[in-house]
Amino acid sequence: MKLIPLFIILPLGAAFLLSLSGKRKGAFCDIFSNAITLLLFIISLITLYNTNTQILPLIYKVGGWAPPIGIPLVVDSLTAFMLLIVNFISFMINLYSVNYMEKFTAKSKFYTLFLLMVGGMNGVVISGDIFNLFVFFELASIASYALVAFGSRAEEMEASFKYMAMSAMGSLFILLGIVFLYSNASTLNMAHLSEVISNQGINKTVIFSSILFILGFGIKSAIVPFHAWLADAHPAAPAPISAMLSGILIKSLGIYSLCRIFYNVLGVTTSFLSLLMFLGAVSIIVGGLLALGQSDLKRMLAYSSISQVGYIILGLGIGTPMAILGALFHLFNHSIFKSLLFLNSGAVEYATGTRDLEKLGGLREKMPITANTSLIASMGISGIPPFNGFFSKLLIIFACIKSGYIGYGIWAIIGSVLTISYFMKFQKSAFFGPAPKELESTREVPFLMQTSMVILSIVCIFSGVIILPKFGNYFTEPAKNVLAQGKDYKDMILKVTNEK
Amino acid sequence: MKAKNNSDNKGMSLIVKTVTRIFVGLILLYGIYIVLHGHVSPGGGFAGGFIIALSYILFMLAFGKEEILKRIPERMISILESLGVIMFLVIALLGFSGGYFFYNWLPKGMPFKLLSAGTIPISNVALALLEVSLGLFGIFLVLVLLKFAPKKDLEKDEE
Repeated sequence: MKLIPLFIILPLGAAFLLSLSGKRKGAFCDIFSNAITLLLFIISLITLYNTNTQILPLIYKVGGWAPPIGIPLVVDSLTAFMLLIVNFISFMINLYSVNYMEKFTAKSKFYTLFLLMVGGMNGVVISGDIFNLFVFFELASIASYALVAFGSRAEEMEASFKYMAMSAMGSLFILLGIVFLYSNASTLNMAHLSEVISNQGINKTVIFSSILFILGFGIKSAIVPFHAWLADAHPAAPAPISAMLSGILIKSLGIYSLCRIFYNVLGVTTSFLSLLMFLGAVSIIVGGLLALGQSDLKRMLAYSSISQVGYIILGLGIGTPMAILGALFHLFNHSIFKSLLFLNSGAVEYATGTRDLEKLGGLREKMPITANTSLIASMGISGIPPFNGFFSKLLIIFACIKSGYIGYGIWAIIGSVLTISYFMKFQKSAFFGPAPKELESTREVPFLMQTSMVILSIVCIFSGVIILPKFGNYFTEPAKNVLAQGKDYKDMILKVTNEK
Repeated sequence: MKAKNNSDNKGMSLIVKTVTRIFVGLILLYGIYIVLHGHVSPGGGFAGGFIIALSYILFMLAFGKEEILKRIPERMISILESLGVIMFLVIALLGFSGGYFFYNWLPKGMPFKLLSAGTIPISNVALALLEVSLGLFGIFLVLVLLKFAPKKDLEKDEE
């Protein structure tokens, strides 16, 4: 209970302490920021344990004010699930950045922005107040604009500007949606908002703000008509930041907020669900086809992210408990293997200086750890049976067929075939075949980069077991129940608030 | 803030400098007034901090950037800004003495008195004097000072 505000205090406090330390080089910044992210990871594990031992969600009243007036921090199973993903991935990426960011100047500034972004994402996930969600949303977004431009070359500036322009539009849509909801319901607390809306019924204001939310969060989660920023921002950012953006930022800011607001606050309608299904299926196919034609490694992975996010959106759109379970499981899996793949691409770029697939080749002997971890991640994302990606895609496709959407199921299978084909291209042209002359002196990357890649690949191999009820009951199952209960969320929250 | 000589070529004309010298202190004072009365009247940390930042910017426009950087060096801006945030966070953390993050643990006093409302005036000061004013001024400085040409990719390869 007392631990909940630490998710916000620790990263924000640490960020500004690090910015005080100036441009000083040395181990202090590395150790300090890694210690903070490790601590956050441990606290998120404890929080997951706490939510599993309790039926009702945990609520923290900031400043001691009761919810309709004050801002509550709410931790239910879905929040704990997201917190664990965010903090685990950010710890791994922070470990990786210790060596990778050596070639950039001003490492302490990197850590400052990095921790601000982590704080923002934690805040989005943990907030029980819709406007506070927006504030943290902006905090994470603004930190990520600066991080995309961190290399400060022309191409990176351009990508960051494009990202900023599109994302700012998205944020404005969300703010406008919140304004309309507030004018309608006179409260910003999510549970109370939900109660007011279900009492007065769905009117035009609510429908209009739903459309604004779909636009805004759609831009953030890079669903297909809104995906243009992602393909530029990901290749331009330093590899750890690409991994952050793709691994957790689009999920916590985009998908989580979308689910929370639609499933738990506004309530889902059939038209909304069929829209999500359609957008998801389009994302799967368009992202996959675009990824197939890329020769830039990171750009290929970026398009692949669009395609995989399509699966999550498709699963959420079907809306049956099984589909939601599949979507959440795929969300977890995708954050693991996509951040691993981006870290691999960073390792390749670190060692060889290029990420053009046509110039690479034969790195398997030179960089065995990068090659093997990326092979594991590629097999995971393509859905080869013992790996985690297989089970989540299987659940989503099963749910499609079970609810009678056979067409969407076929699209999802075609998307999976596309995924295998572009990852085979990646493996073949980067790690197999003869090595070009320029790459003969290539060596494996430093130890800490290897460590984080190895840990992520181990998680990638073994997280398939979450499909078994024995493990899933503590992790994905309760998170699924939060979404599947729909608008009963407000009753749970109000029950806790009224008790005290 | 007083500039020593009006006659040098830096900054704007003598008329602007003279008027600025009269007004800059008043603007600063008004900003501080808004900050300190944030909890009893409209305004508060952000609005007041903005007015304070405007006074710095006016000074800089009239007298040139060298004059203002002599008084507030860039490094100082970044340090004070971080300190402002940390001070705000410390006030919030001290709320744990009352059991909650951000708990208002000081005596509240009478409503509409200057010394009332517990930690809120202190938070306003931390937010305004350090964070917002210096932050906005820092953004302005960066826009003015940084003669920044993005490196071309070719040059990076040559390095």
